[in-house]
Amino acid sequence: MRTMNIGKATALALTVVWAAGCSTTNTSDTGSMGGEPAATTTEATSGTSMSGTSMEDIKNLSTIFYFDFDTSQVKSEAVQALRGHAKYLVANPSANVVLEGHADERGTREYNIALGERRAQAVARVLTVNGVSSSQIELVSFGEEKPAVMGHNNSSWAQNRRVELKY
Amino acid sequence: MQRSFIFVFLFFFSLLARAELTIEITQGVDEPTPVAVVPFAWSGVQALPEDVAQVISDDLYRSGMFKLMPRENMLSFPSDRDSLYFRDWRISGSDFIVIGRVSEADGQLNVAFELYDILKEERVLGEVVKANRKNLRAVGHYISDKVFEALTGVRGAFSTRIVYVTAEQPRPKVYRYRLMLADADGHNPRTILESKEPIMSPAWSRDGSKLAYVSFESGRPAVYIQYLATGKREKVQSFRGLNGAPAWSPDGTKLALVLSKDGNPEVYILDLQQRRLNRVTHHFGIDTEPSWSPDGQSLIFTSDRGGQPQIYSIYLPTRDVTRLTFEGQYNARGRLTQDGRFLAMVHQNNGSFHIAVQDLRTGRVDLLTETFMDESPTIAPNGSIILYATQEGVRGVLSAVSLDGRVKFRLPSSEGDVREPAWSPFQ
Repeated sequence: MRTMNIGKATALALTVVWAAGCSTTNTSDTGSMGGEPAATTTEATSGTSMSGTSMEDIKNLSTIFYFDFDTSQVKSEAVQALRGHAKYLVANPSANVVLEGHADERGTREYNIALGERRAQAVARVLTVNGVSSSQIELVSFGEEKPAVMGHNNSSWAQNRRVELKY
Repeated sequence: MQRSFIFVFLFFFSLLARAELTIEITQGVDEPTPVAVVPFAWSGVQALPEDVAQVISDDLYRSGMFKLMPRENMLSFPSDRDSLYFRDWRISGSDFIVIGRVSEADGQLNVAFELYDILKEERVLGEVVKANRKNLRAVGHYISDKVFEALTGVRGAFSTRIVYVTAEQPRPKVYRYRLMLADADGHNPRTILESKEPIMSPAWSRDGSKLAYVSFESGRPAVYIQYLATGKREKVQSFRGLNGAPAWSPDGTKLALVLSKDGNPEVYILDLQQRRLNRVTHHFGIDTEPSWSPDGQSLIFTSDRGGQPQIYSIYLPTRDVTRLTFEGQYNARGRLTQDGRFLAMVHQNNGSFHIAVQDLRTGRVDLLTETFMDESPTIAPNGSIILYATQEGVRGVLSAVSLDGRVKFRLPSSEGDVREPAWSPFQ
């Protein structure tokens, strides 16, 4: 729990300030200890649009990107949404993003953790190529430990091989 | 011996009565040795809390190597040499017999047992074990170990323990992970750690006093060490990126682990005394799942440096890397037997994952399992049985197979998803 870095602590502090002055209700769970550390920054940035690129502009962009079996190649259809996220992050240098890498259940757990990280790294590369500072990006791989869908079939596996982008 | 240990647990952990694992044999040896374990005589007044002979009988039966004579077929319950008539037992088909008696003196119990060869009419071994009312199960396992060794030549592992991880999803998007410790027969399960975030890769120190594991409780993976006797734990590694796959060196002074702080997963060795980190592998591919050779001179690890995951060995003094596995597209998470001869691993064959064992002397690979999505093999300290995780329906369960593939077991649990077993060393 004590691993929160300065940036996060700052973001959290800003959250409190902004959330206090923010009139819109936000239902995202800020109380989950460590579960989704960046969930708080959603609020931190939702109340501001000083750069002209606000949370409003990216809310319709996909945040889950899928991968083929045993690959970490970002699919071409994902790139456009990622450019949108990149634009937002460039315009809001105080915003942070967590990229959660996931794998399907096939193969060993520790190997899949590595595979999930490789996928998160591939997504991070698309963001940095589009100008996002790597200090705004955190990678966490959960491997096969947090499947989106239960089930031992191709369609479940396809939904579990993913990177989730979380503000 | 177990008492103080359990006592401490009561203080440090919620000792919830969790669903126990039970052991079922799904395949035994073709000609199991017939053995009779006679109920032990008890000269005391108050009934004993544990039926020691039943514990022994269950242990031997669950090894898959013995056929146990049902009690109801026994014509008498001898408890010493004088009341033992070999001819009767020979006619009933038993080759060996275990008899015993429990007596009480000064608040202490003495459990005397003897193993006889019925065909030779010879005493094979016998011993008087000091006990108390709380450790009778442990005494039963101790006797099982002795009997098993006398009959098979292999040291028994009934007194050892296992850890495993359970996962439950009480509500959508809500997870509960537990690191559990139990006796080798699944009895006496207790919670070591509970978390809403994943727990992975538990590993025993060689002296059995500590565990290392990966916990995501801070939102990202970190490697922890936990002392079983006190519950005290410390975070030993939490760099950016992966912190995973801890493995204790045989002398207990070092921990091999995987970090991706330099960009991609590499194997490192952490000196626990000097807190010095030493990088072992150097490759842009995935290097993970390190495990020590019994002599502590080499590490085996999984790497996709050849395009697909395969198992390699690195000789630490020279850092020479050797590829060990060549059969199949996917071989990962290797574990060596204590004699260093056999490599148990996850092997992909025709798209499905099974446990295989490779004889490192001959190169021969044998597929041991035919269950579904088999992974996380862990070898009993006597090298006789591989415990592993598999899937039944949508649930993870533990199963086991003897190293020679002749005996197969399943260990069902009434609730939750059970995974990532790790068998303790001898204690």
